Amino acid sequence: MPGVEGFIYPNEFELQWGILIVLYPFITGLVAGAFILASLERVFNVEAVKPTYRLALLTALAFLLVAPLPLQLHLGHPERSFEMYLTPHTQSAMAMFGFVYLWYLMAVLVLEIWLDYRRDIVLRWRASKGISKVVYGAMALWSGNIGPSALELDDRVGRALTVIGIPSAFLLHGYVGFIFGSVKANPWWSTPLMPIVFLFSAIVSGIACILLLYFATCWARRVTVDMRCVDTIAKYLYYAFLVDFTLETLDLVHRLYESDESFHALDFMVKTRLFTSQIVLQILVGTLVPIGLLALTQLFTLRDKARRVIYVLAGGLTLVGIFAMRWNVVIGGQLFSKSFLGYTTYKMQFATREGLLPAVGLLILPFVVLWVLVRLLPPWGEGESAAGGDVAG
Amino acid sequence: MDQDRRSFLGHAGKLLVLTASAAVAWEHVLEGRPEEAPNYRVSDHWWGMAIDIDKCIGCGTCVRACKKENDVPLEPFTFRTWVERYVVDPEDIDHPQVDSVNGGYQGFYDRELLDPRLKMFYVPKLCNQCAHSPCVQVCPVGATFESPDGVVLVDTSYCLGCRYCVQACPYGCRFIDPRTSTVDKCSLCYHRITRGLTTACCETCPTGARVLADLKDPKDPIHAFLREHRVQVLKPQMATGSKTYYNGLDGSVR
Amino acid sequence: MKRAPGDYVHLVKMAGLFAVGVLAFVIVRWVMVPADFGVYGHYRAGALKDNMTRPLVYAGQASCVGCHPDVAEVRAKGRHAHVACESCHGALGTHAGNPDGIKPARPDRRTTCIICHTASIAKPKSFPQVVPSEHAPDGTCADCHPVHNPKLS
Repeated sequence: MPGVEGFIYPNEFELQWGILIVLYPFITGLVAGAFILASLERVFNVEAVKPTYRLALLTALAFLLVAPLPLQLHLGHPERSFEMYLTPHTQSAMAMFGFVYLWYLMAVLVLEIWLDYRRDIVLRWRASKGISKVVYGAMALWSGNIGPSALELDDRVGRALTVIGIPSAFLLHGYVGFIFGSVKANPWWSTPLMPIVFLFSAIVSGIACILLLYFATCWARRVTVDMRCVDTIAKYLYYAFLVDFTLETLDLVHRLYESDESFHALDFMVKTRLFTSQIVLQILVGTLVPIGLLALTQLFTLRDKARRVIYVLAGGLTLVGIFAMRWNVVIGGQLFSKSFLGYTTYKMQFATREGLLPAVGLLILPFVVLWVLVRLLPPWGEGESAAGGDVAG
Repeated sequence: MDQDRRSFLGHAGKLLVLTASAAVAWEHVLEGRPEEAPNYRVSDHWWGMAIDIDKCIGCGTCVRACKKENDVPLEPFTFRTWVERYVVDPEDIDHPQVDSVNGGYQGFYDRELLDPRLKMFYVPKLCNQCAHSPCVQVCPVGATFESPDGVVLVDTSYCLGCRYCVQACPYGCRFIDPRTSTVDKCSLCYHRITRGLTTACCETCPTGARVLADLKDPKDPIHAFLREHRVQVLKPQMATGSKTYYNGLDGSVR
Repeated sequence: MKRAPGDYVHLVKMAGLFAVGVLAFVIVRWVMVPADFGVYGHYRAGALKDNMTRPLVYAGQASCVGCHPDVAEVRAKGRHAHVACESCHGALGTHAGNPDGIKPARPDRRTTCIICHTASIAKPKSFPQVVPSEHAPDGTCADCHPVHNPKLS
C-alpha cells in the first residue's frame, strides 16, 4: 500500500484525526494563554502589562468563538454534535470538555469582558444612534448605572471572576491535553504529563500571540510601543518557555531511559517521518532559537530597537514551534501502527472538508472576528477601563 | 438391526429439533418485520469468542463471510474481522514479519513452502468485546456501549463520527464506514446470536478455529476450552477485559 | 463605598439571563433526549433492537440440514463432518428463504478446495494439504474426492 511501511492493522490505513484536530488544541491554547496573560494584570497586579489587558481578553474571545469550528468540520455528523450536551458520557473527556468550554465562554470570558467594558458600553449606548444604539443597549442589558459605586462593584466581581478564571483556563486547555493523555492505547499520547505540557505550551503560545498582536496593533495605529509592557511580556514568555521546554525534555528523557515496548517504534518514527516537524521545527526553530533570543534580552542590555526585533522574531518562531508541537502530538500519534510494526503517512488534502484550505481559513478567521470585536469594543484610546487605569497610547 | 434403528431414531430426532429451531429463527426473517427474537433473554448470556491458532489455516473464509453478512465495504480497507499472517524467527520473536493483504480476504497463497526454520501461523482478529472497553469509555455521547449480554455495539443513528473510539481501541478493530460517516465494527453478529445462530465467521470457519462462546451457558464448550488450553488475550497489559480467548497465541503476536 | 440597590441591577439582569439560559437548556434536553436513553446504560435502548434486526445473509447449517438430510448424513461420516455447508457453498440465506425460487450456483470443484488445502508451513501438519500445481493439475478435485465425504473412493 502506498505510504505504508511495515505492518499496520488493516483498519489503520487512514489517519482518523487530521489537520483540523491539530488546529483545535492550537486555538484553545491561544485562548488559555491570552487569558492567563490578562489575568497577570488583574489578579497579580503586574501593572506593566496593562496596555494588553483588553486586547488579550478580546483575542481570547475571538479564538474561543472559532474553536468549535474545526471540530464541526471534522465530525462525520456535525448536526448531531449537540448530543454532547444532551447525553454527555461522564466518563468521556471529550464530552465533559463541552461543558468546560461552555463554562469558560459564558461564565468567565464573556462576563469578564462585559464587566470590564461596561462603562464604555453604556457611554456608547448613550452616544450612538440607530442599529448601534440597539446593539450597545442590548450589550448593556439596558442598565445605565455607571456611577462610582456600581463600577467599584463591577471591579470586585471582575476580580473574583478572574480568580475563578485562572483555574478555568487551566482546565480548558489541560482538558484538551487529557483527551490525548488518557488514551492508553496510544503510547505517544498516554502520559500524565500531557495535560501539563499542553497547558504550558498553551501559555507560551498565548503570550507570544498577544505580544505579536500588540506590536501589530501599535504599528497599525501608528502609536509607540510601550517598552516596559513588552519587556514584561517577554520576560513571562521566557520563563513560561523554560518550564515548557523542561517538561517536554523530561518526557523525552523518560521515554529514552525506560525504552519500553513502544519506544523503538516511536524512536524510528521521530528520526524519519517526524524529523522535520519535531526536531527542526518544534525543537530547534520553535523552542531553542526563541529561548536563546529571549535569553539574550534577559542577560544583556540591548537597545530598544534590537529588543523589539528580537521580540517579534521570537514571538513568531514560538507560534510556529507550538503549532509544530500540536502537529507532532496529533499527527505523530497516528503515524505508527498500534502493532508497533509499521508506519503510515498522512495524506493531507487541499480543498476538501478536512483539507489545508479550510484549515488556513480557520486560522485566519479568529483575526477577522477580533477585528470586529475591536471595532465594537475598542481596547484603547477613548475610555478608561473599569479598573480605572491608563491605556497606553 | 437394533443399532440401525437406534441410529435412525437418533438422526431423526436431531433433525426434528434442528428443523424446528431453524423454522423458528426463519419465521422472523420471513415475516419481513424485524423484531427481537422471542425466547432470547439478554441476562442469560455473556458472549465472547474462542480462537484456536493451532487450527487456523488462513483460508480467509471468515473474512469473506463477515463482509457478506454485515455489508462491510469492500473498498477501502475496512474490516470487522481480518486474518494476519506471522512469520517468526524463533530466536527473534521481537521482530516478526507480519502481513495481512486485504485483511486476508483472498486467503494467503503467495508464500507456500518456506524456510522450515521459521515459524509461520495465522491470527484471526476481531473486536475483542472487552468487558472494560476503552472505546466505550471515551465515547462522548453513548453511541457505543456494552450490551447487557457482553457485546460491544454501535448505535449508528447516534454516532457523531468524532473517531475518538477508533483512537482508543488498542486492537485496531474499529473503522469509519465511509457510506454513513459513522463508526462500525464487529458486532459479534448480534442479529444472529440473538436468534440462536452463530456468527458468520464461526459458521463458515472450516476447521472450527473460531467458535462463539457463551460464558454464562454451563454447557458451552468455552469452559473446557479455557480449562484445557493455555489461553491468552491480546495486549493483556491494557486490562481491557477482552473476551476473545486465544489458544496457541505466540509471544510475537501484537 | 456605600452601594445603592441600583448598583446591582445590571448584575441581577445578567444573573437572570443565565437562569433563563439554564432553564432553556433543561427544557431542550427534556424534549430532545430519546425516551429510551439510559434504560440499560448510557445509550439508547433502541440501539439494541437496531443491532438485532439486521437481515440474515447466511442461513446457518441447521436450515440446510433441515431440507438436505441426505447430504448431511454423507458428510457426517467423513472428514468434512464439521465443515459448515456455507463454508463452500457461500451465503444461502436467500435460498433457504425461497428454496424453489432461488437456486445457488454450484461451487467450482477445484478452486473451492484449493482455498483451504493449498500446502503451507503455516498449516498444522495433520491438516491435509497439497501443492495444487503438482497434484492433479489438469483435473478437478472432485474427480477423485467426493465433495461431501472426501475419502478417496
